[in-house]
Parts: sequence; structure tokens; C-alpha cells
Amino acid sequence: MFKRLKKFATGFALTAGVCFASALAYAQTELTMYYPVAVGGPLTKIVDGIVDDFMKENPDIKVSAIYAGNYNDARIKALAALKSGQPAQLSVMFSIDIYELIEQDAIIAFDDIVSTTEDKAWLDSFYPTLMENGRTAGKTWGIPFQRSTIVMYYNKDAFREAGLDPNKPPATWDELVEAGKKLTASDGSKWGMMIPSTGYPYWMFGALSMQNDQVLMSGSGDKTFFDAAGTVDALQFWKDLGSKHKVMPEGTIEWGTLRQNFLEGKTAIMWHSTGNLTTVKNKARFDFGVAMLPANKRRGTPTGGGNFYIFKQTSEPERVAAMKLIKFMTSPERSAEWSIKTGYMGVSPAAYQTSQLKDYVVDFPYAAVARDQLNYATAELSTFQTGRIRKALDDAIQAALTGAKSPETALKEAQSTADRLLRSYR
Amino acid sequence: MRSSSPGMRHVYGWLLLTPAAILLIAFTHYPTIATLIDSFFSKSSAIRPSRFIGAGNYEAMLEDPIFWKVLFNNLWFALGTIPTSVAIAIVMALLVNRSLPGQGFLRMAYFTPTILPMIAVANIWLFFYTPEIGLIDQILQGLGFSGHNWLGDPDTVLGAVIVMTVWKEAGFFMIFYLAALQHLPKELEEAAKLEGASRWYFFWRVTFPLLMPTTLFVLINAVLNSFKLVDHLFVLTKGGPDNASNLLLYYIYENAFSYFDPNYASTLTVVLLALLAILALLQFFLFDRRIHYR
Repeated sequence: MFKRLKKFATGFALTAGVCFASALAYAQTELTMYYPVAVGGPLTKIVDGIVDDFMKENPDIKVSAIYAGNYNDARIKALAALKSGQPAQLSVMFSIDIYELIEQDAIIAFDDIVSTTEDKAWLDSFYPTLMENGRTAGKTWGIPFQRSTIVMYYNKDAFREAGLDPNKPPATWDELVEAGKKLTASDGSKWGMMIPSTGYPYWMFGALSMQNDQVLMSGSGDKTFFDAAGTVDALQFWKDLGSKHKVMPEGTIEWGTLRQNFLEGKTAIMWHSTGNLTTVKNKARFDFGVAMLPANKRRGTPTGGGNFYIFKQTSEPERVAAMKLIKFMTSPERSAEWSIKTGYMGVSPAAYQTSQLKDYVVDFPYAAVARDQLNYATAELSTFQTGRIRKALDDAIQAALTGAKSPETALKEAQSTADRLLRSYR
Repeated sequence: MRSSSPGMRHVYGWLLLTPAAILLIAFTHYPTIATLIDSFFSKSSAIRPSRFIGAGNYEAMLEDPIFWKVLFNNLWFALGTIPTSVAIAIVMALLVNRSLPGQGFLRMAYFTPTILPMIAVANIWLFFYTPEIGLIDQILQGLGFSGHNWLGDPDTVLGAVIVMTVWKEAGFFMIFYLAALQHLPKELEEAAKLEGASRWYFFWRVTFPLLMPTTLFVLINAVLNSFKLVDHLFVLTKGGPDNASNLLLYYIYENAFSYFDPNYASTLTVVLLALLAILALLQFFLFDRRIHYR
């Protein structure tokens, strides 16, 4: 009964669609694009502005860019639209959604669209580290757009007050703890540092474990290393910051209100996405600095943020138009504009060669920290069954931070969950 | 328009029923049955299509520690919110039922939380609960206490969510009680005064029993709400830390839309439906004898 109803509905939609499309076929290609916003600031306006510019240059393409909430919401909306038979043609989604999207057979690889050597060269024009999350099984599925790394924001005024050199942010874990102790007020009114542990705990943890020289997963997306010695030590260190060294509040720290905490001077150091940079720059009423994350065995951070994907259910002209739009939005000039207005990094070396971004970096050197940190960066946690596995790790991290379980027990449990979920993919 | 033949009147009757019946079937009965059927199939993806696995999802559910945790959280949440919000609602209704100066303002103040959208409420309370900069911590620090990470501590997070929910719900239930109170006959109070009954005696022996039909209605609503409220979790805690504030409906959402496992989500939904049906029936049978309908 339902199938027949569905058939009828699709038939109806198709007929209506064909009539509508044929009327417009000679005039315009229409694109629907979903995009998420995961940090504060007027990002929707900036995206709309760039899209408007694109339509002015390409009057034969009409783009409706739809703000779709956070990364999770954006993926849900795009896939729901796909299932309802009214798909979007392209979308910005979490870079780590790649395996899920492949498994759902929702997206098409860029290698299957590009034909000219020029386009193939374009695929190689981005920072290779940013491409790690977009490539698997020998193909490119995602093109970097709003990409970030975790950077360390610090309050230079607080550093001065504590007798620390404001131009020498802590570069190792030991220095971090040492500085944190000086920056923490004994009455609990000021903390040395905060690392958020809600929202995206696994992301922050990716940085800590990499600094301990241990990545969280294999490149093929079917193996995790949650119970490796380096991973366990990293989580122990995170917990120690609160419970042993007392430079960070105990329990979990809210992702959403952390920036406010930093801006109000309640914490001297925060680890957060570089996507917050421009907002912090505009709102901080004190002298602040931005630095790479400190090292233990090495420096490290995962990349983060959103990639462009093209959906499989698209016609040839739609794919061509979508490619045009993606090329436009990731072009060096637009990437530079996007980076200046938000703090997200330019996605290609060429973006930093534009006079716009070059001048900006000279004036505001912190705009280049995220890019420089790419030399030490790795892909963000992304596997098959990614939602469940990420959740298992998130739960383990929070259990350890709140003292419910020891880091070792918590991570062992997360690893066995991951093993169970991934067994059939190996 | 009135037709005299009985046959036509049947048709007419059915026609009148049709719109409601279509809505009921499309949005209630069909989804319920589809959910039940889906719960017997495995998760589908482009690579491995869905197949019949019988009670497989239910077996997995019984072995799922998060399911049990979420279920118990939800029971605590219900126990924490329902009696408190109903009690506060009665007290508030009694207060604003008397003629007081500024009565209108008071009624409005009590009712305000109800008209705010849940997401807005959660956002406000997120900043109340935020350590260091939040309202609660600032007051505590002003009084010389140290602050507490209310939402970051698994021991306090569910309590924090309960307090916010009570704040939000009580005003809504108050409206029903207020309406009921205003329909109580004035003679009873006058008679009680003549007899010299104390206020307290009068409340327990007269007012409260007369409010029982309202209480049943409010209770059923409160029980449904305690399993239905989920929006605030998106803003406040995302079910964390370590599932300490995760509730059944939020877990269903996570399974359906974060893990793309609609079949396991269906399984959990069937449990939720069964639970709500049992609770509603229990309430009807337990209370029905004790309710005095006029």
C-alpha cells in the first residue's frame, strides 16, 4: 500500500518536475545547497554574500543556499531531502561524514566528474592535509571549504599579570601546566585553561593523542586505536589538568559557552576552533594571542570543519554547475575573503598568496596560525559507523573526565565497542 | 441540506468523519504500525539491504547498556518532575486565585515560562548553569560559596535538567488548576466557614477532592511530557556527560538521525509507546474510582 503510494507520489513529483524543468531548461540550472554553521558569528550572511556574487557572475545558474543548522542537522536535512526525492545537488557537510555518505551511496566522487587536466590539477591545488578527510579508497569525495584546526587562544593581559612572557605561549605540556598554575587564582575566580569536552570531545582528544604521537584511527576507516598506550596517557593528562594540576575546572566544559568564558577573562587559555578567530578578534576587550597547540612527544591537531560534496542524484548540467560553484567558493580570492571574515583557514596555498590575505596576515599574524599548524595536523576521527564510534569515544572521554571510570577502562570499553561495530568492514 | 433517507444520512456521517479519520490514520495509526514492522528488520544501507531479523533488535536492546541507563534516567526524570511540578502548580493556582493586589501580573509571571519556546528556555538556563559566569554560580560566589559545574558533573546534571523542566511545566499546569478552582461553588467555602473548618481542613477535604478530575488530566499530561520533552537536551547537554542526562526520546533521535539506524530507533520507539500506554492505563484505572465527578 505504502509502496504504491510512494510510486504515485514520485510519479506525480516527476511529472511536475519535468514540466517545471523543461520550462526553465534553456534559461537556468537550479542548485540547492545546504550548509552548516558550527561556530558563532554572522556566518550565514557571509555565505549568502559569496553565493550572490557567484550568481551575478553566472546568471545561468540559480543557487539557493540553505542554512541547515550544525553539522549534524545539515547532514540529516540533506539526506532526508535525498530520501524524499527532492535532493539537494551539493552540500557543505562535516568532513568526517564521508564514510557514512559513501555507505548511503549518496555522493559521487570528484574523480568521476572531472575530465580535463586543468580540473585534475585543481583537485591537487588544496593543502594535502585538508584532503585527508576527503579521500578514501583512492578517490576524492570532498573538497575543503570551511576548514579549521584547533588553536590555543590566550589572554596576554592575564599572562602579564601572572608574570609570564605574553609573547611566549606554552609550547609543551609541561610548560602548559606550569603556566596554568600561575594563571589560576586560588579562589576559583580565574582558571589557567579550558579544553571543551561537550559538543566535540573526540576532536579535542584527537589533538591530545596526536601530541602523544598516537593517531585515533586508520586511514581506511575500519580500525581505531582507542586503547593504545599513547591514547590512554593522553586522556590521563586531560583528566590530570583538572583533578591533579588543578589548572582547569573538573567535570566537563561546555563547548558553546567556552568562548564567552574566555572573553570574560574567566579562563586565560582556551583551546577552540580557529573558526572563532574573527569573533574573538572583534569582541575581546583585552590583548590576546593565538598559538599552536603545545607538544608532548610532538605537536599535533586534527583538522576539522566542512567539505563540499556533490550528490549522486544529479543531472549532468547540475554537476557542471555545482563544480562551477565549488570552484568559485574555493578559489584563492574567495577562500581568502572567507578566511578573513571568519577565521577559518584558506584552503589552498594560493589563497595565502592573494594580496588580500597576505596583507591581512602581515597586519594580524594570528590569521596564519591554523595554516602553519597544518604541518603537524592529521585527519579528524572518521570511520565507518562513524556516529556510534564517535559517541563511544565521547562517552569514554566524559566518563574519565568526570571520574566515573579510569581513562584506561573507559577507553578499553570504547575500543571494544568500535571493534564490534567495525568487524564487518575489515 | 438535511437529507431524509437513512442511507444518505449514513453517507453524510461518514463524509463528516473522513477528514479526521484520514489525519488519524496517516499520522497516528499508519506510523505506529510501520514502526512496529520496522523494528523487526535490520538497518539498511546501499551496500547491505535491510532484512528480516525477528527479535534481533530487541535482543540487542536488552544488551545495550545505554538503553538501560537512558530508561532509568527517564524514570528518575519522571519522578523528579511530575510530583514537584503538579504540587507547585496547585500552590501557585491557590495563590493567584485569591484577590491580591497585582493579581493579573502575578498570574502572567507564573505563566510566562510556559509560553517561551523550549529551546529559548534551555539557552537561558545554559547560561544560568554555566560555571564561573553563570547566574547561579555568580550568586553562590557572592554569598561566599564556590561555584559548581552543574551540567558537567554526572551527579548533578539530571537534577539541573529536572529543575529547569519543573520551572517550565508548573506554570502550564497552574492554568488548569486555576480554571478548576474558579468553577468550584462558592457556597462550599461559605458553609465551611460557618462550620468553623480550618483552611487546611477545607483544602484537603473539599478543594483537593473536587480538583481530582483536573489532577488526573494534569498527571497524564505530565507523564507524557516527561517522556516527550527532549528539545532542551539538544541545547543543554546533548545527553552527556557520559549519558548521565540522556533520555529515551533523545536516544531514539540519536539512533535514527546520528547513526542512521531507523530500525533500532523503531525498536526503542515501540518500547516508549508500550511504556506510555501502560502508564496511561494504570492512571485511569487507579484514579478512576477515587475521582469525584460532578
